Formats: sequence, C-alpha cells, structure tokens
Amino acid sequence: MTKKQRQEQFISEKEVEHLAELAKLELSKKEFTKLRGELNEILGYFRLIDEVDTENVSPTYHVQDIVNVLRDDTPTPQQPDMLLEDAPQKKDRFIKAPKMI
Amino acid sequence: MAKQRILELPVWEAADKIRGQEITSEEYVAATLKRIREVEPDVHAYITLIEEPALTQAQAIDKKIRRGGDLGRLAGLPVAIKDNICVRGFTTTCASKMLENFVTPYDATVVERILGEDGVIIGKTNLDEFAMGTSTEYSYFGPTKNPWDTSKVPGGSSGGSAAAVSALEAAFALGSDTGGSVRSPASFCCIVGLKPTYGAVSRYGLVSYANSLEQIGPFARDVRSCALLTSVIAGYDARDSTSSDKFPADLVLKRSLPKLTIGVPREFFEEGVQEGVSKTVRDAISRLEKAGVKLSFEEISLPMLKYALPAYYIIAMSEASSNLARYDGIRYGYRVPDRTLDWGTVFSKDRGVGFGAEVRRRIMLGTYALSAGYFDQYYLKAQKIRTLLRREFDGAFKRFDLLLAPSMPILPFGLGEKMEDPLQLYMCDIETVPANLTGIPSLSVPCGVSEGLPVGMQLMAPPFREDLLFQAGRLVEDLLPVDRSAGEFTHA
Repeated sequence: MTKKQRQEQFISEKEVEHLAELAKLELSKKEFTKLRGELNEILGYFRLIDEVDTENVSPTYHVQDIVNVLRDDTPTPQQPDMLLEDAPQKKDRFIKAPKMI
Repeated sequence: MAKQRILELPVWEAADKIRGQEITSEEYVAATLKRIREVEPDVHAYITLIEEPALTQAQAIDKKIRRGGDLGRLAGLPVAIKDNICVRGFTTTCASKMLENFVTPYDATVVERILGEDGVIIGKTNLDEFAMGTSTEYSYFGPTKNPWDTSKVPGGSSGGSAAAVSALEAAFALGSDTGGSVRSPASFCCIVGLKPTYGAVSRYGLVSYANSLEQIGPFARDVRSCALLTSVIAGYDARDSTSSDKFPADLVLKRSLPKLTIGVPREFFEEGVQEGVSKTVRDAISRLEKAGVKLSFEEISLPMLKYALPAYYIIAMSEASSNLARYDGIRYGYRVPDRTLDWGTVFSKDRGVGFGAEVRRRIMLGTYALSAGYFDQYYLKAQKIRTLLRREFDGAFKRFDLLLAPSMPILPFGLGEKMEDPLQLYMCDIETVPANLTGIPSLSVPCGVSEGLPVGMQLMAPPFREDLLFQAGRLVEDLLPVDRSAGEFTHA
C-alpha cells in the first residue's frame, strides 16, 4: 500500500452520516469524526484487493455445494410465554412497539 | 486423590475414572467450582456461572452410574459454553449491552448433544462483543485475562472459553470461530482448539455474526480430549440448513499412522509475523523432522494468502451488518426507556447505545461494502478472491495431507496494548482467516514457548479430515510437550 493510498479519503463526513442512517445507529458528532478516520484507514487497507485480477472469476458466496434445503411446513411445540418474557415493553400478552406515524 | 489434583488429570482419563467409579462426577464438578472461586478474580473467564444446576446434574449422573446405567461419553465432566451459544433458561449476552437481559428460550444443538452425552454445563464464558475481536477486550463485561500471564490478553474472541479450560475452570469448552476466534485464544492460552470443517457442527443456537464463515469449535487441554468433544458435537442437524452429513460418525484415531506430508506455505511466516513466533514454529518443525516420525515437510507458496485478510474482513463485516440488523429492541434486547419517540428514532437509539464501538464499526463498514456503487468493488471482489484462494488450497491438498502455519502471528500481547488501533488488531488474524474463507478444518496445538509465552502451531486439513489433524496434533503434543507449570494459573 502506498502512502498516498493510506491518506486518501474514501469516505466523507456526510457519507459516514448517511451510512449511520442506513445502519440505524445514532452516533454523537464526536463519534462521527473518530469513525470517519478509522473507516478511511481500514478502507485504505481493504483496497489491497484491487491488485488481484478477478476477471472471469465467479464469486464463492458459500463453500458448500448445498442448494435450497427444504423441510415440511409442520408446526412444532413452542414456548410463547418464555419468548414474551424477553420483550422489554409489553402489555398483557402483547409486545409494545414504538409508534409508526 | 487430592481434590484439586483430579483437575490435572488428562480429561479423557478423568472420564475413564468416573466411568470406573474411582472418582465421581460430583467430586470433579465441585473441585472445578472451587477452582473457579479461587481464580476468577484474577482471570474473569465467565460471564454467568451455573453452579447449583451443575451440581444437581452431576449427582444425577453419579446415581445413574451406581445403578449401572449407560454413561454418556462426556461422563459427567464440566463444559463451559461461550456466551453467544444458547443454553435454555440462562442469558445469552454475547457480551453486549444489547443482550444483557436476554434469557434464552431454547438449547443450541451442540448443547443438546453435550447434555445427551452427560456433559455438565457449568457456565457461560466471556467473549468480544458478538464475537468481534481478537483479544476479548471488547466485552461489555470487561476483559478476560490470560491465565498463563494475567498481564496479557487471552486472545479472542472466545477468550473466556480458552481461559476457563487453561486455568482448570472447566474440563472442556465451546467457542465459535469466524476468523480464528477458537484458534487464537487456544494458542495464547496454551491449549488445543479446533475450527471444524464448515457444516460439520450445527450452528443452530449460535448467535450469527458471519454465517458463511463461522463454526462452533471445541477447546481442551489435550488433543485426545478435544477429539472426544468434537465427536460429540459434530454431525448432521436438520435445523441448520448448512449442516452436512459428511462428518464421519465414528471419529477413529488410529494408533499407527500413515506417513503424512505437510506443506508449509512461506507466506504464513512472512510479513507481520514476529520473529519469536516464526522461529518457535520452525524449530518445532525441525524437531519433529529429527524425531523421525511419520511426518515430512516441504515449503510451498500460496500467493493469494496476501489478500485473504482484507477479503475476509469485507465479507465478515458485510454479513455482520446484515445479521445484526435484527436487533431492534422490540421483541428482545436493549430498548431506550423513552416511550414518546417514533419507530426510526427508537431503533437508532437502541442500536447506538446497545452496541459497543467495535460492533458499530463493523456494521458501518459492512453497510458501506454492500451499498450501491461499492458492492462490486468490495463485497463481490472479495468473494471472487475467495474463489481464487480456494483454488490454491485445493491444489495444495492434491500434493499434501496437511498444511502448517503459526496459529497467531504474534505472542500474547499486553492488555490495552491494541485497543485503540482496530486495524492492528485485525492484522492478528492473518494466519487464521484462510481456513474460514475456504471452509477447511484447522487445529491449534501448543508447540513451544518464546520469551516465556506460549506459541501455537496451526494444522489445516482438507474438508472433513479432522482425523488427520488430531493424529498429527497428538504427535506434536507428544514430541513437543509444553510445561504448563510455567504459567501463572495454568496448573493446580
């Protein structure tokens, strides 16, 4: 990696804010600045892969040769009460969600 | 037998003694709990202890033995479980504020299998938050310390599991390995750890971080015990759609081996590898050669290894950003107390507060790599490099039975030393990520000491040839024994 590549700014402050919005992460202004520096350094390192010629190479999303594993759609006993226990806000047997509109 | 002494028996031998009624499961579990009380203030391997239920289970197993019932293969020995694997009725925190209070309603398949073979679940162990890290310092509950030298990190992300086994706080443990998270702490804590072949062990009940890369893997203090736990947890499971039926049902470790040829890729000893580490592993190789055992070594080159680390991180972070999208604080997890806020704001606040800095970093980078305009350049390109890497490994395994590398490029480092430099910490994974990208099994075995700190040797095999790893691993531990009494908390 060249020094120039390391210093290159791959991602702007505005882009970091947009990413945080996409990823649904509320961050402070101070964190945005810190993250931007870290992200740029890490992305600079990732660009090492540009050196590799991948023309006509197909991607490996998965190392196995398994395709479309299907099962019968049969109900099995579940523990709804135990699941409800974990909901941070609820009313009776309902989970409370924030308002949509 | 003195109470603490039984903890120093090789675990497979302790299993035989429990089976032969020389010692009881209750004695062993009680001695382990006593040990935990003594060393935990210094080591901090556990997040949750399961004391009373463990003793009750041990008593029931002893009763079964006395009645002449069939004793399972784990014979009432205590197993520690990484806290990203579900044990019914206890919290699965993933060492995150997000899941601090999440009580798990079901058992992971590996936990069912352990209980089915009379293993006793003794506690849930510390990790880097959501298994993202190489030092177990990114835990919401504070770091685990290396029992060999408590001023050092234990490796990670399964540092709690490795430390528990190394410090005699458990007979065995389970971790998970996405990019080295079993092999790294096994190496740093001077024990044995396996990342099984992708698909060999069910991931049902493992909290997902990067599904296409990770496997649950066992820790033990010796190779034979590691093989025993592997044989218990491996095998087909319909509840994991990536589960395979190719793992041999009976993992037989033959007494007489065929001669094994081992390839030593030079890239694993080059850039970023400390001299003390490469020298110790190379010395180990020459000592094995001189011992005249049935192993032969040849240096080779796998040029694509140079690109494995960036390709791995791009893929892992992309999968992480997708997997961790599920944490919205609605059905479970951290939820901000303010009830007046709208949906989008609540999500962002829950996640901004619930996730730690490293998790947020990886979500952001993964989101970036998957976003429109950058997808081809990062994610797709990384997956193509994965194809090229696999081709190189396939080629190498046509010539060699095994490949060999150091487990970690550096010696166990000081607590806090790399906390503020994420990229430096990522670089610690250069030796381990190739096995995850290619899906092959890989074993870390202690092979020596450098500057008074343990060094691990990593052996890699073709898919579903864990038997070769264990056979070669036993030769390494027989011929190059490491004196555990040199460590701070690694002996009774």
